[in-house]
Amino acid sequence: MVHAFLIHTLRAPNTEDTGLCRVLYSCVFGAEKSPDDPRPHGAERDRLLRKEQILAVARQVESMCRLQQQASGRPPMDLQPQSSDEQVPLHEAPRGAFRLAAENPFQEPRTVVWLGVLSLGFALVLDAHENLLLAEGTLRLLTRLLLDHLRLLAPSTSLLLRADRIEGILTRFLPHGQLLFLNDQFVQVLEKEFSAAWPR
Amino acid sequence: MFSAGAESLLHQAREIQDEELKKFCSRISKLLQAEDLGPDTLDSLQRLFLIVSATKYSRRLEKTCVDLLQATLGLSACPEQLQVLCAAILREMSPSDSLSLAWDHTQNSRQLSLVASVLLAQGDRNEEVRAVGQGVLRALESRQPEGPSLRHLLPVMAKVVVLSPGTLQEDQATLLSKRLVDWLRYASLQQGLPHSGSFFSTPRARQPGPITEVDGAVATDFFTVLSTGHRFTEDQWLNVQAFSMLRAWLLHSGPEGPGTLDTDDRSEQEGSTLSVISATSSASRLLPPRERLREVAFEYCQRLIEQSNRRALRKGDSDLQKACLVEAVLVLDVLCRQDPSFLYRSLSCLKALHGRVRVDPASVRVLLPLAHFFLSHGEAAAVDSEAVYQHLFTRIPAEQFHSPMLAFEFIQFCRDNLHLFSGHLSTLRLSFPNLFKFLAWNSPPLTSEFVALLPALVDAGTAQEMLHALLDLPCLTAVLDLQLRSAPAASERPLWDTSLRAPSCLEAFRDPQFQALFQYLLRPKASGATERLAPLHQLLQPMAGCARVAQCAQAVPTLLQAFFSAVTQVADGSLINQLALLLLGRSDSLYPAPGYTARVHSVLSSQFLALCTLKPSLVVELARDLLEFLGSVNGLCSRASLVTSVVWAIGEYLSVTYDRRCTVEQINKFFEALEALLFEVTQCRPSADLPRCPPQVVTVLMTTLTKLASRSQDLIPRASLLLSKMRTLAQSPATSSTHSKEGAEAIRTRATELLTLLKMPSVAQFVLTPSTEVCSPRYHRDANTALPLALRTVSRLVEREAGLLPG
Repeated sequence: MVHAFLIHTLRAPNTEDTGLCRVLYSCVFGAEKSPDDPRPHGAERDRLLRKEQILAVARQVESMCRLQQQASGRPPMDLQPQSSDEQVPLHEAPRGAFRLAAENPFQEPRTVVWLGVLSLGFALVLDAHENLLLAEGTLRLLTRLLLDHLRLLAPSTSLLLRADRIEGILTRFLPHGQLLFLNDQFVQVLEKEFSAAWPR
Repeated sequence: MFSAGAESLLHQAREIQDEELKKFCSRISKLLQAEDLGPDTLDSLQRLFLIVSATKYSRRLEKTCVDLLQATLGLSACPEQLQVLCAAILREMSPSDSLSLAWDHTQNSRQLSLVASVLLAQGDRNEEVRAVGQGVLRALESRQPEGPSLRHLLPVMAKVVVLSPGTLQEDQATLLSKRLVDWLRYASLQQGLPHSGSFFSTPRARQPGPITEVDGAVATDFFTVLSTGHRFTEDQWLNVQAFSMLRAWLLHSGPEGPGTLDTDDRSEQEGSTLSVISATSSASRLLPPRERLREVAFEYCQRLIEQSNRRALRKGDSDLQKACLVEAVLVLDVLCRQDPSFLYRSLSCLKALHGRVRVDPASVRVLLPLAHFFLSHGEAAAVDSEAVYQHLFTRIPAEQFHSPMLAFEFIQFCRDNLHLFSGHLSTLRLSFPNLFKFLAWNSPPLTSEFVALLPALVDAGTAQEMLHALLDLPCLTAVLDLQLRSAPAASERPLWDTSLRAPSCLEAFRDPQFQALFQYLLRPKASGATERLAPLHQLLQPMAGCARVAQCAQAVPTLLQAFFSAVTQVADGSLINQLALLLLGRSDSLYPAPGYTARVHSVLSSQFLALCTLKPSLVVELARDLLEFLGSVNGLCSRASLVTSVVWAIGEYLSVTYDRRCTVEQINKFFEALEALLFEVTQCRPSADLPRCPPQVVTVLMTTLTKLASRSQDLIPRASLLLSKMRTLAQSPATSSTHSKEGAEAIRTRATELLTLLKMPSVAQFVLTPSTEVCSPRYHRDANTALPLALRTVSRLVEREAGLLPG
């Protein structure tokens, strides 16, 4: 099962570092049990920990993506696509996986599967022994849906004030973090349902 | 896209003041109270979501606002967008003590699902997980078997079971198992009806057609996730969800805990599996629910394996087929662990699958769970697992090292199955050159994995070959790149570094003169022999600028540390000697990547000292080689750290205390060699090519010479002469060009202290060559007995006494 899904910024690899890696959206499905800590921990502290865990993942994904881009010798990612109709070939987008050890930052060991498209990174934080082929496929599907339905390729759209759409997509395609075996037709039907509930 | 506008929006959301937030909240409260569910509310809620989620510190929202958000979730006639946002805001605030959401049976299942998402985010402080689980079960029980929207609730159940296994009671788990059986096995084989036919459509047009397979043929057997149609019925949706959660359910739904056997006498069945033919399908209807679920799961997996053989018409379906294969193998593995009677039937099916998959490069990732299955059930299965591993470790890494996901999964497979490898550990260990290909190509994500894996790979027999391989890892990266360039596979995009052109390297790669060396580097198994790859270092130098090579070069020091800490556990005396020699020998024969040599030297010098600490007599045993090393050091300053370590080790361990075979001649020979080295160092003038020699080299040489002199007291006059010359030199103006002021000062001080010490030979011997009783581990860490402090104390004593003593 998926523990968390996040979208964050990716800065171009070969340019000057200005600013920080920002988490634009994150959704944690269920919560880790609080560690066995004798000190009473407030709800606020748990929330802070959760946010920092997500940020740690985002930073690590960003550096992995940057290193992969550099290693493949591709030019730095275009921050603006050529046109808003251009299909981004997701099968060729930089992607990868890495393991997070226990206590670093999550209590349990977890695996992260990530995908980088233009200047956005999409990542799934999974339990340790998940079906990675399914996770990869699901991540590609989510990315495609988000790019299409939020029209992220158009120059001035941002996803910051469109969380309802992201939530709508997640409730259908990754309900409560459950990875679904959806064949193409199921995906089409679900997508039609979503478009009906969220008219463009 | 992340523009400046978005950045400022985030900034605003974070910086909003409490007063302003309060006003905003009351505005939202008014809108929600008035049940105004239009675009204004939507817009405000979106902003509120951003405000709450943008910062990691908690935001205090007004109580009325929070209560109204919770109430809106329960409204029956509210657009989904608003309810989804309310749930998201409450979830982003969690965990929070100010929420009072509760499970309410009167709500529809979509709302219940949203409520569950908020409750589960609370972190189980008040047993929320259990409450949600019970709530879902009640909802499942209270509805008709073909209820309209159970599919919103099933994923909640899956999450509850994973978060808190054993939260369900036996009878509840049994009930759900029964329902899962129905959904998995008896879903309808007709397509769903369209939501509403139009007035004009004929009855025939509204007939749903049959479900089809992914290649377009009509479905031949029961419905699975690989069955398609244009519209789907509710039970078909539940079929998809049931399979998606099947593995987690099988693992976590038992009250005893994940994956344990149901009854104690199952273990006896392990031996008799091969002769047991399990009950046929018709008889299995009489099985208790949990066993029935396993039987149905088995049939489902078999069907998926058969369906995956079909050629899918769409790419998405073809990808799904592979994911289904992986899942089917994983589920079969769980089933066989829980009930060994499945083993016989699974094996025939999986062996056939293995035969299909191993010749299809696109399905290579399915090989890993298959190999895991054969490993786990190997003995009972009498499978020729050796052949499976040979194929896995010999061909796959060499051909597919460039796929980042496969590389990650392959190494995970190695790490996770170490405990199962027992009989085949040698296969794993001998395949390290192939495994290193994954590492060389994908070093950033795999470095930490290899650091964890190295202790299992390291073996006394292959240790030296492995050390050479690690030192040449950046070379391997370069050669893999050349291999891809010279034989491009038919893929959409070039896999090599397209920003770098290296025509000379490519030519060298194809040159028959160097074939043997390149083939050696690309070997799939440990060969037992080492080749000097120095000619390749020069040939491949143009590729040092390649980013991938540089990334690999950065990872090597970490890997060397891990290697040495592993190898010292298994190395005997002679291997330690060999490693020490290897270390010294390779220090001037490293791939010329920028910064690589310096970093590797730093690691090698600390590891040399570690080896000496482990086996102090190595200094005496390798005396001749060390002398040769010191004599042949040209460009001393480029290997300063290593030379410092070697010299220090000589000073420390070349004594009878550590090895009775240490002779006076040896001490004298070393003294002469070090004396010559010291002269060389002090004569060399820094120039554009030669780096400045660090003063540590000078001080360590002086200290070592003094130590040797204290052991062979005939050398004391020579040593004293040398030291006073050094002191004079350090004070002279000529030295200021070679050393910094602090450096010259350090040299002068040390020379003085050592000279003072040599005036009292017996004290010198005690201080500089302490016997083993004195030399407890605390010796170097205890500030009271550290050598510099001892030297200073003695110096002060002597100076005070000097006034009283004659001459």
